[in-house]
Amino acid sequence: MSNPLEDMEKPDVIFCIGTNMTECHPVAATRLKRAIANGAKLITADPRRIALAELADVYLPLRVGSDVSLLLAMAHVIHREGLTNQGFVEGRTTEAEAFLEHIEKFTPEWAETITEVPAADIERAAILYGKAERGAIYYTLGITEHICGVDNVQSLCNLALMTGNIGREGTGVNPMRGQNNIQGAGDAGALPNNYPGFQSVLDPAYQKKFETVYGRKVDLELGPTKVRALEACGDGIHAMIINGENTVVTDPERHHCEEALKSLDQLVVIDLFLTETAELADVVFPATAWGETDGVQTNTERRVQRLRKAVEPPGEAMPDWWIVSQIARRMGTPGFDFESAKDVFNELCELSPLYAGLDWDRIDRGEYHWPVPHKDHPGTPILHQGTFENGRGIFKLIRYRDPAEVISDEFPVWLTTGRRLPNYHTRTQTGRAAGIDYLAPGERLEIHPEDVVDWGLEDGGWAKMTSSRGCMMVRVEANARSPRGTVFTSFSFNDAPVNVLTGGGYDPVTDTAELKVCPVRVERP
Amino acid sequence: MSTNGTGPSIVLDGEKVAYTPGETVYEAATRHGKDIPTLCYDPRLEPFGGCRLCVVEVEGARAPVASCTAQCQAGMEVRTRSARVEVHRRTLMEMLVSENREVEVDELTSLASQEMTELVDRYEARTGRFQGRQSGASRPDDPNPFIMRDYDNCISCYRCVRVCAEQEGDYAISVKGRGFDTQITVEFDGHLKDSACTFCGQCVQTCPTGALGDLKALAYRDVAGETKKTRTVCPYCGVGCAVDLLTRGNTLIGVQPAMDGPANKGALCVKGQFAFDFVQHPDRLAHPLVRGEDGELHQAGWDEALDRAAEGFLRVRERYGRHAVYGVASGRAPHEAAYTMQKFIRGGFGTNHIDNCSRA
Ligand code: SF4
Ligand code: SF4
Ligand code: FES
Repeated sequence: MSNPLEDMEKPDVIFCIGTNMTECHPVAATRLKRAIANGAKLITADPRRIALAELADVYLPLRVGSDVSLLLAMAHVIHREGLTNQGFVEGRTTEAEAFLEHIEKFTPEWAETITEVPAADIERAAILYGKAERGAIYYTLGITEHICGVDNVQSLCNLALMTGNIGREGTGVNPMRGQNNIQGAGDAGALPNNYPGFQSVLDPAYQKKFETVYGRKVDLELGPTKVRALEACGDGIHAMIINGENTVVTDPERHHCEEALKSLDQLVVIDLFLTETAELADVVFPATAWGETDGVQTNTERRVQRLRKAVEPPGEAMPDWWIVSQIARRMGTPGFDFESAKDVFNELCELSPLYAGLDWDRIDRGEYHWPVPHKDHPGTPILHQGTFENGRGIFKLIRYRDPAEVISDEFPVWLTTGRRLPNYHTRTQTGRAAGIDYLAPGERLEIHPEDVVDWGLEDGGWAKMTSSRGCMMVRVEANARSPRGTVFTSFSFNDAPVNVLTGGGYDPVTDTAELKVCPVRVERP
Repeated sequence: MSTNGTGPSIVLDGEKVAYTPGETVYEAATRHGKDIPTLCYDPRLEPFGGCRLCVVEVEGARAPVASCTAQCQAGMEVRTRSARVEVHRRTLMEMLVSENREVEVDELTSLASQEMTELVDRYEARTGRFQGRQSGASRPDDPNPFIMRDYDNCISCYRCVRVCAEQEGDYAISVKGRGFDTQITVEFDGHLKDSACTFCGQCVQTCPTGALGDLKALAYRDVAGETKKTRTVCPYCGVGCAVDLLTRGNTLIGVQPAMDGPANKGALCVKGQFAFDFVQHPDRLAHPLVRGEDGELHQAGWDEALDRAAEGFLRVRERYGRHAVYGVASGRAPHEAAYTMQKFIRGGFGTNHIDNCSRA
């Protein structure tokens, strides 16, 4: 997030798009609800009538995957109404002229034909956000899990740039990170394009730096993303080590994924449970869990916090870092003499400019937001204050593209996927917590009540759902949250493996799978 | 402590002290080290003024004043522990005891659950005179596995109602009736699951009497040992709510929100509050597993498993080159896991064949 969580109570206009925050980030959502109770206006754009839609002053029920056209039209209206923040645009951005010319043709009427949202509502939303004193944007995977995920994010940045809603309290472009330490995994360098601290692997200076500390030459080209690596299994990739991820259930195109992992000469999995993925491994290592190990975790607002050990792990389970280090040592790789999590974290701090001012003891109370460039630095709760990292904010000229697959006579229904409040991911954890099943006993396909009738289904009965890749059975829930012609399910239950259906395309820049859009056919089995 | 400069001040138990405009008498007094008893007060919520335990004497006022709602006014003379207010407080506590079935409340019930009991002891109000008449009827019929609803012990402080409305914005809990007939309830007097309740547990954690209780923690009440708290962060979503883990010996018995948690300020959701027990589930892997000749996974010692993994990677590197190995780090595990994993790949193979699970 560009701004801290406590800022969520400060905007006068809040724009939530592609985020079901009350279910996915419930405690963050309580802050938004307080802002609204104190008079802030809410714009919600989401295909489903989620709780944030009920709270909204303007609700934009856009068709799945049509976000870019909505955002282009909002930019169009903001400029047409003279709400562009000239001072900010001139002082802090570049490419504005080309951008303002680019958006001229993208009228709300044009966007209505794509998003199915009335042009008048697009106008209302645009004017509301354009007039905001402090306008803040929040988004989640509903924006990124598309073939145009990067375009979506850049379209949101364009809106913030043209209105000057960035770099100030109560504003910003704020992605809510889904997993507890997904931010930290990137911070720590587990990325094919960046060393620790987001130092690009393409930069010769950083390459030299890591060559020196790791004592060997490192490729000067990008590594493949996980998606590409899975595709290359058995043909280029012959060994994998996977830590704490149930790839087989979370990734799209489940059958491909299973075949890929089976084709490896060696698969090593480090996990808490014998997951569907671990079952395919040659060696499985038992890791310590939350509450059993010391460590560090960074939240969605870049706050670096300590995790502490409270109980002993079961049997012989060991911390992930210890397991990886032991394998490395047995392979003769130098630099793995860590004796504690503290040793590992402090080495990361030495190598990452974002963490340069931090160490294990300084983060004891969790008050720092990175970047913390040196020991006397107070941390950076708000990014881009006064200046952008690379000088000026750059407007990007984005065009709308259809999703990788669109509905047809054969697959006439849009399927979109997400999470529900009580369950988390593939339920390796929540599924084993007593009582959670009371709240969400099993997977349901949410279908508009009239569609349930039209398609000859029954509330609580079974439906067969088919995409061009596969087919699954799932129970029907008649639910008016789903618009007509669009159905929703989560990806939490292995007996309802929605990832046999999804996976039509990937964002060309990030390789993020288009999990939010999949044309399907839903019928009585 | 006294004022310096010209800021506004009040006289607190004979001493002149500064206050910040807008501050309540309770806030100013607490800041200056006074220990005024409260029951309906939760610093996160709008002051309510219901229990009247926090009363103080204000010079010139006829009756004692509830300090949690009264705003400081320049020159105000306040007495926080006069005999008169102490008698008043004791009487109030005796009345509450006479209406409540239980005075002893298991410490696992919730974070605030000992507040009433502590005040009963402070005012020696244990009269043993339970009148058999109490406000609020218990709801043992609610089958939810998280929240105990034993309104026999309710004192109508409305903290649960207010936390649900003001903190959560859910408005699931409401009040029915008045006086002895006051009943804390939810829509249609039904079960929590059929209301707007999201089982965040905030009502439980703020209830000062144990009328609302954490059933998951209470299920461990027979585990022997002293309860220990360890500060950590929720393992689920990216909000990063701070929590205190409750343990007895080596058993994880519950979670309480950290009121001073930098990201959550005491708030939690159902996952952070109640979904902790996966950690000690019998399905946990306790030993390394290695695939045998028979194609099955078998338990193995660390040496055998680590050697097998290391040899496998060396063999693949020899046969197919260093670009044949790929690492996937976890977005769930701590930094140290991701850092060592990327170092394993970069330092061991000199490639950038490393990613995490953020793309799915
Ligand atoms: S249930 Fe507890 S918190 Fe709610 S009104 Fe009664 S005593 Fe207060
Ligand atoms: S308690 Fe809920 S909102 Fe807070 S970090 Fe955990 S899952 Fe996220
Ligand atoms: S604490 Fe002030 S009236 Fe209850």
